[in-house]
Amino acid sequence: MIQFLSYLVNGISLGSVYAIIALGYSMVYGIAKMLNFAHGDVIMVGAFMSFSATQYWGMSPMVSVLVSVVVCTLLGMTIERLAYKPLRQATSLAVLITAIGMSYLLQNLALLIWGANPKSFSSVVNIGTLSLFDGRLRITGETVVTVLANLVIMIALTLFTGKTKMGKAMRAVSEDRGAAELMGINVNATISMTFAIGSGLAAIAGVLLCSAYPVLMPTTGSMPGIKAFTAAVFGGIGSIPGALIGGILLGVIEILGKAYVSTELGDALVFAVLIIVLLVKPTGLLGKKVHEKV
Amino acid sequence: MKKILVAALALVLVMTASFAAADAIKIGVIGPLTGPYAQYGLAVEYGAKIAAEEISAKGGVQLEVLAEDDQGDGELGVNAYNKLLDDGVTIMLSTVTSGSCAAVSDVAYEERVFMLTPSGSADSITQGKDNMFRVCFKDSAQGLASAQYIVDKGLATKVGVIYNNAQDYSMGIYQSFKTKAAELGLEIVAEAAFSDDTNADFSVQIAKMKDAGAELVFLPIYYTPASMILQQANAVDYAPVFFGVDGMDGILGLEGFDKSLAEGVMLLTPFSADAEDELTKNFVATYTAAHGDIPNQFAADAYDGIYALAAAIEAAGITADTSAEDACEMLISVFPTIEITGLTGTMRWDASGEVDKTPTAVVITDGVYVGVK
Repeated sequence: MIQFLSYLVNGISLGSVYAIIALGYSMVYGIAKMLNFAHGDVIMVGAFMSFSATQYWGMSPMVSVLVSVVVCTLLGMTIERLAYKPLRQATSLAVLITAIGMSYLLQNLALLIWGANPKSFSSVVNIGTLSLFDGRLRITGETVVTVLANLVIMIALTLFTGKTKMGKAMRAVSEDRGAAELMGINVNATISMTFAIGSGLAAIAGVLLCSAYPVLMPTTGSMPGIKAFTAAVFGGIGSIPGALIGGILLGVIEILGKAYVSTELGDALVFAVLIIVLLVKPTGLLGKKVHEKV
Repeated sequence: MKKILVAALALVLVMTASFAAADAIKIGVIGPLTGPYAQYGLAVEYGAKIAAEEISAKGGVQLEVLAEDDQGDGELGVNAYNKLLDDGVTIMLSTVTSGSCAAVSDVAYEERVFMLTPSGSADSITQGKDNMFRVCFKDSAQGLASAQYIVDKGLATKVGVIYNNAQDYSMGIYQSFKTKAAELGLEIVAEAAFSDDTNADFSVQIAKMKDAGAELVFLPIYYTPASMILQQANAVDYAPVFFGVDGMDGILGLEGFDKSLAEGVMLLTPFSADAEDELTKNFVATYTAAHGDIPNQFAADAYDGIYALAAAIEAAGITADTSAEDACEMLISVFPTIEITGLTGTMRWDASGEVDKTPTAVVITDGVYVGVK
C-alpha cells in the first residue's frame, strides 16, 4: 500500500511538470490556434539560463529563476514576432513546419552556446524531503514545490483570463479572431502577450523539470515537450484545467505502468491510453465540442 | 571576359590550394556532431584532431582529420561516408556509435575502405568484416569482466541491474553480464530497463532494486542517466555499491554535478582523465585549453585511434597518393603487427579486429578516481 502511495506521489510529481508545460502549449493553441513545437525548447533555454545564472554569474537560485523567466518571455515574444507573425495568414501547415524549424534552431543555438556536454542542474528548491510512515513514504521538496506552483499558476491563469481586460481579449481572440478584431481588440498584441505568458511559464517549467530530474542538455526539452503536448491533447487542448488534469494523469499512468506492467512499456501505455481517450472522446477529457458552421 | 578571367583565376587558386593540402593523408570521422549524442561525436572529433596535429607537427606522416555529422543514425552515416570519400578521405576513424556503424561498415566492407572505430563497441561490428578494427572494448568483454570482478572481489551476492534497452551498448554488456553471472553463481535479484526517451524518472527502477535487496547495482549505461540514478537513489536513501563500465567515465566531469553523490561508485575503465602519467596530463591540458571540457573516454579512444593509424600508415608505407582500396588491404595486413601505448593502455590487435588491453578498476573517493588493486 505504502509502495503504491509512493509510486502515486512520484507520478503526481512527474505529472505536475508535464502539466506546467502543457499549460503553455494549451494557451498558445487555444488563442493563436497553432501548435508551438518550439515550446519544449524554450523550456530548455529557461533551464540553461537558470543554470548559467547560478553557476557562472553567482546569482542566488531565486534570482536565477527570475532571470530565466524574463529571458524566456522576451525570447517567446521575439520568436512570435520574427517567425510566426509573418505567417499569420498562411496555412496552418506552414506555421507548423516553421515551429518545428524553430525548435531545431533553438536546440542547435544551445549546442553552440553551452556545448554538447550535459550539465548537472542543482535544484533551486531547498526544502528538505518529507518523510512519512517511518521513512517508507518520502516526498521530495521538488515535488511539493512543483505541485504548489502548478496550482498557483492554474488559479492565476483562470483569474487572468476570466477577470482582466487582457484575459477577456484573449478569450475573444480564441473564440473568433475576425470578430475580435472588428470589436477593436488588438489581435497581434494579444497573441504576443499569449506567447509572453506561455514562454514565461516554460521557464518556470524548465527550472522545475531540471530540479527534479537534474540533467541538462540541448535536447532536454524535446521529450517532455512531446509528453506535455500529449497531456494537453489528453485533457482537451485549449482548456486550462484540462492541461492540469491531463498532465497529472499522464505522469501517474506513466509511473504506475512502469511499476506494475513493465519498466520498458511505460511510454507505450501512456500513448495507448491517449488513443483510447481520443477514440471515446475526440476533444479530450475537458475539451469543448465545437460545431463548425458551414 | 572579365568574368571568365575571375573564374579562371579562382580555379587556379582552388587547384593550387588542393595540391598544397594533398600531402596530408585524409582521415574521416563520422559521428553525432549534433543531436542528443553530440557530446560523444564532438569528443571523438576533438580528440582525433589533437592527435593528428601532434603527429603532423613532428614532420613525419602528415594527417588531416575531416569530420561529418551522422547524428548517430545509419542512413545519415552512409551519406557522411560518401561525402568524406568525395572530399578525398582514404581511411576512416569511424563511426562513433554502434548503431550507425552497422550501416556504414556494410558499405565500407563492399567498397574496401579501412575503418577503425574509436568507440563503436557492439560485438557484431567487426564480425565477418576484415576491414573493421576497433580501439575500445567490445561490449561482451566488459560484461564478462564486470561479473568476474564482482565475484572475485566478493563485492556482493545479490545484484541488481538497470540497463538501457534502447541502446546496443547497454544491451550487449547487460546480456553478457547476465550469462557470466549465472555461470559464476552470482544472483541477479532485480532487473529494470529504461529507454532513451524516458531517462528522466528512475524512481520505479530504483524502488525495484531497493525492494529486492540488491547490495550492488550494476549500471551498464552512460554517465548522464547514471548521474540521475545516483541523485534519485540518494533522495530515497538507497545506498548500494554502484558498479559501472567505461560509459560511466565522465561522471566527475559533469558540470554542476555533486561529486559526493558518486562517492564509492566503482567502475572498470581503460581511461581516466585523472591519471597521473605524462601522456594523460598533457592530453587533458591540451583538450581542456581548446574546448573547455574535460575529455571523456571517447576523446581518448579517438586520440589513440589516430596514433594507431599513424603507426600502421608508417609501417605500411601509405602516402597521400595511395588509393582507399590499396590503403585498406595494406592496413589489414599491417594492423595485427603494430603495438602502441596510448591513453587507454598498451594495445595490440588480432586479425578479427579486436583490441587487447586491460581495463583498470577504480573507485570514486572524495571526488577522484582511486585505483583498486
